[in-house]
Amino acid sequence: MKLREDQIERYSRQIILPEVGGKGQGKLLNARVLIIGAGGLGSPAALYLASAGIGKIGIVDSDKVELNNLQRQILHATKDVGRPKVDSAKDRLNGINQDVEIIPYNIRLTSKNILDIIKKYGIIVDGSDNFPTRYLVNDACVLSKKPLSHGGIFRFDGQAITIIPGESACYRCLFPEPPPPGLVPSCQEAGILGAVAGVIGTVQANEVLKYILGMGDLLAGKLLVFNALDSSFRQVKVPKDPKCPVCGENPTVTKLIDYEEFCSLRQRKEE
Amino acid sequence: MSITVRVPTPLQKLTQNQGEVKVSGANIKELIEDLEKKFPGIKGRICDEKGKVRRFINIYVNEEDIRFLQMDDTPLKDGDEVSIIPAIAGGR
Repeated sequence: MKLREDQIERYSRQIILPEVGGKGQGKLLNARVLIIGAGGLGSPAALYLASAGIGKIGIVDSDKVELNNLQRQILHATKDVGRPKVDSAKDRLNGINQDVEIIPYNIRLTSKNILDIIKKYGIIVDGSDNFPTRYLVNDACVLSKKPLSHGGIFRFDGQAITIIPGESACYRCLFPEPPPPGLVPSCQEAGILGAVAGVIGTVQANEVLKYILGMGDLLAGKLLVFNALDSSFRQVKVPKDPKCPVCGENPTVTKLIDYEEFCSLRQRKEE
Repeated sequence: MSITVRVPTPLQKLTQNQGEVKVSGANIKELIEDLEKKFPGIKGRICDEKGKVRRFINIYVNEEDIRFLQMDDTPLKDGDEVSIIPAIAGGR
């Protein structure tokens, strides 16, 4: 792939890295990444990936920008309040880099539409905000053998893991089933500092870049656990579970499941 | 015998906002009992009615998941670090 003069200038600080070079930049410009959620995690991930020159970025989100999003969802601006998040994201990302083709999906992912969407992409970033979507995304990625960067945040805790189906543990190897409704604190009780989302979303962008460039060690088979209060990063081992319901030896999950949404605040808003 | 337990944010209400507590126990079962003695109510958050660790919570001894060791019979030694890590879903 021949880089234009302006591309050589734009990406010079990463092209200069021996691990990237012109060849790596070509890989980035040819890569296709799907980001699920244009929120707290999806915002920093999308900003770094678009800035790095990922050729095609799909963004899935069915929400509109709200004023209370702007404290952490750094893709969106005050003038965007009320607009679909995917439109606001597209404008912002193309404002940074016109090399990137942004494909907006202003929809909610379900078992019916997810496989058709993810098949067009080389790697998926999960920045969603609920268990049903997270399990749906994990299962869809395992069944379609798509690498997945998973990130989650809750108050001052953050987690990230990279899933290479067939090679490393999936999210169900880590947590076989979503918690039943009522047992986890609801989103009403939760809160989040924007910077915590920034840390984990940025880790996810970094995982995607490493995967595309084929450099370093991915967070595959290990869970990164971040605590914002003591600024600690820890890693624990996540082996592939032979009893995993989706990627184990005798899988019980062989088709996609739409778990019920159990955040009561969210349900009320949508009614 | 002293074991350091890393407590995730959702359970810190029960540990007087401490993210790290010291307890004792020769194995995970005993450690959970000692946690419950010091911080009443915490066992019910970690374990189900049958006393088994809930499916969306993992317990690690140092870096290893007890599901791949000896579950709650996993032995502990002085200085071990135990982490309680629940599934978290936030992202927006």
